Amino acid sequence: MEGMSTIVKKVSQLVAGLIFMYGIYIILHGHLTPGGGFAGGAIVAGAFILLILAFGSSALNLKKEVAGSSNTESVAILLVVILALMSLFLGAKVFFGNFLPKGEAGTLLSAGVIPLYNIFIGIEVAGAILTIFLALVIFKEESSK
Amino acid sequence: MIVYLLCFVLFLVGLYGVITRRNLIKIAISLSIMEFSIFLILVLIGYIDQGLAPIVNTNSGPEIYVDPLPQAMVLTAIVIGLATTAMLMAIAIRLYRKYKTFDIREIKNLRG
Amino acid sequence: MDALIPLFVAIPLISAFLMVIFGKLVKGFHRFLAPITLLALLLLAVYEFTSLGGTSQAYAMGGWTGKEGSPLGIFLVLDGFSVIMLCIINLIGLVALFYSLSYMAKYTAEANYYSLFCLIVAGMNGVVLSGDLFNLFVFLEVSVISSYALVAFGVGKTELEASFKYQVLGGLASMLILLAIGLIYWQCKTVNMAEVRAAFDGSYSKAFYLFVQVLLISGFGLKAAIIPFHAWLPDAHSSAPSPISAMLSGVLIKAVGIYVLIRLFFNMFVFTHEIGVVIAALGALSMVLGSLLAIIQWDVKRLLAYSSISQIGYIVMAFGMGIILLLRGNNEAAAVLAIGGGIYHMINHAVFKGLLFLNAGSLEFRLNTRNLKEMGGLSKSMPLTSTTSFMASMSISGIPPFNGFFSKLVIIIAAINGRFYLLAALAVLVSIITLGYFLKFQRFAFFNKAEKAVEKIREVPFPMATSMVFLAILCVALSLLAIPSVSETVLRPAIDVLIQPELYSTTLIGI
Repeated sequence: MEGMSTIVKKVSQLVAGLIFMYGIYIILHGHLTPGGGFAGGAIVAGAFILLILAFGSSALNLKKEVAGSSNTESVAILLVVILALMSLFLGAKVFFGNFLPKGEAGTLLSAGVIPLYNIFIGIEVAGAILTIFLALVIFKEESSK
Repeated sequence: MIVYLLCFVLFLVGLYGVITRRNLIKIAISLSIMEFSIFLILVLIGYIDQGLAPIVNTNSGPEIYVDPLPQAMVLTAIVIGLATTAMLMAIAIRLYRKYKTFDIREIKNLRG
Repeated sequence: MDALIPLFVAIPLISAFLMVIFGKLVKGFHRFLAPITLLALLLLAVYEFTSLGGTSQAYAMGGWTGKEGSPLGIFLVLDGFSVIMLCIINLIGLVALFYSLSYMAKYTAEANYYSLFCLIVAGMNGVVLSGDLFNLFVFLEVSVISSYALVAFGVGKTELEASFKYQVLGGLASMLILLAIGLIYWQCKTVNMAEVRAAFDGSYSKAFYLFVQVLLISGFGLKAAIIPFHAWLPDAHSSAPSPISAMLSGVLIKAVGIYVLIRLFFNMFVFTHEIGVVIAALGALSMVLGSLLAIIQWDVKRLLAYSSISQIGYIVMAFGMGIILLLRGNNEAAAVLAIGGGIYHMINHAVFKGLLFLNAGSLEFRLNTRNLKEMGGLSKSMPLTSTTSFMASMSISGIPPFNGFFSKLVIIIAAINGRFYLLAALAVLVSIITLGYFLKFQRFAFFNKAEKAVEKIREVPFPMATSMVFLAILCVALSLLAIPSVSETVLRPAIDVLIQPELYSTTLIGI
């Protein structure tokens, strides 16, 4: 599909970086403020999708993009499950246990393993939503050839 | 009480859409509307009078917070709803490529 | 051992996503990893089955247990009933996976198939292990969404239409279930099943209770495809690839439909007489209507799908009779027989319906058709398929010495003992009708004079033949479960945990 006009391209270039950073802020502060992995991951995916819509899919190498986002998503899920299994051996020896040291409540580096889960789930959700979008774009391209 | 009734009306609107609409995409959207009404009911169930948002501030005294458990359930359910809608859309697009129409009255290969 | 319980969910999840990553790099990686995963799960299930011995274990995820007055935590519960379901799910999963090693070779995107297969097994394991309602809902959705994708796998016209119909009805069912979970949370302030039972023992409003139960019967009845919620099943099960039909019809409608209904109604709700009558009536209706609709089918997989509805009706009717007999209070032996018959028929139906769908897949693999009118005379050219199909048909119609006879006999004896003479007569009648249409299937597929040239048709390849022979041997071996000493060790723990709900709740709340 074709891209949009120059104004849209320039503005989305400026704004996409801000949206990406906002998404990362929501992911990282998931244990202090509302949000967390799911909501932050959706916002990060939104930044990428905005750029794709503004520049058109003809500016991308679609097969490599969708392979990249699909692999990112799978690696992130594997890290979540491996982290959950690792807690079977360390700490309290239960599945999904919290085995890293918990700092003081309310600071950024606290609550043990929860911020790590938030980060991996955020990467996973962003990858998943991006993969769905790119798969639909690829299907549209192939069917309109 | 009236908010629960309004959520139920939203559920019925979605149900009406699923039953009577002929376009595949409209059926998928009506299914999403039904799902969102259930999420609203779930969040409203956890409301406690004069409760604050359940974000604990370490240097404040005992407060009344609303129930955070339905909010966590709704977060998970929203993601499940996203996955369901994405599957529906993917199948609808492939159906369009095969049958060249979105109308469910034309897509009737299986009967009996 | 306690710590092995979460592995039932973790192992298939890991292997599903490993296959997505490495499937593109290493050729044939998925054909190697998937059978190993399911073999590991099956060995784990058998180990848990032998080491459980009538007790129940509860595992608190993350070590989060509740304090006084505020129930928190996500529990995984392993007791007599769930361990039987785990064995069935992983056994049929392994056999169907082995079958699909050669069946799916003609489909493109084969790597995605194995990932989705592992995800559906992970979801079902999670459903039978979960101890609270919302965890059950999440794993239910995981397995059901994977099954939507698997039904539409070979993207032809009929598969896509069947999958769309299945998805709309399945989505409606999930919404009803979520609404019921919300209403239960409203009343009891907890979603843990044992705590809900404790909360319901107090005072509650009858109308609300009945509304929640009706919502749950509708939601899980849609997943289990009992009449009048059966409209998606013939399309979905006949259009899916054959090993997926075996999984769907053999384990999915049981693990996410009937198992949850039974677990909720026996262990979470206090029975009332009306609910028992409703469940028994729905079961009897499914039994009769399913078999009547199956007689007129000429598509072999559609015939098998309608017969699934009928056999699920047997199981639901047996459990309904169990509820009514338990409420009457004076005939506990008959209640034990009814519930035991229901569980036994669940095990048997998974085995012989899986075998029948694998046979239909073999026929489709060699002949490229599913229409009975175009087949014929295959008993000479496909001897293994023909013999195993004959054994499965005799099994499902209830001919001794196969396993179907014993489980149907137990259900009919329980019906007569409990003085449900109408239900016993209907069960016998439906058994005869089942024999009728399965003889039709056998005659037109295997023993008729051949329509077209069938000399060139050979037997199916080795993996497919091995899976079918293994299930056929199981069909005969499972009839040993009718011997009272064997059924005491295998079935009695499951019946106990259903009849005495205090056993279930004290295991959890006592933590």
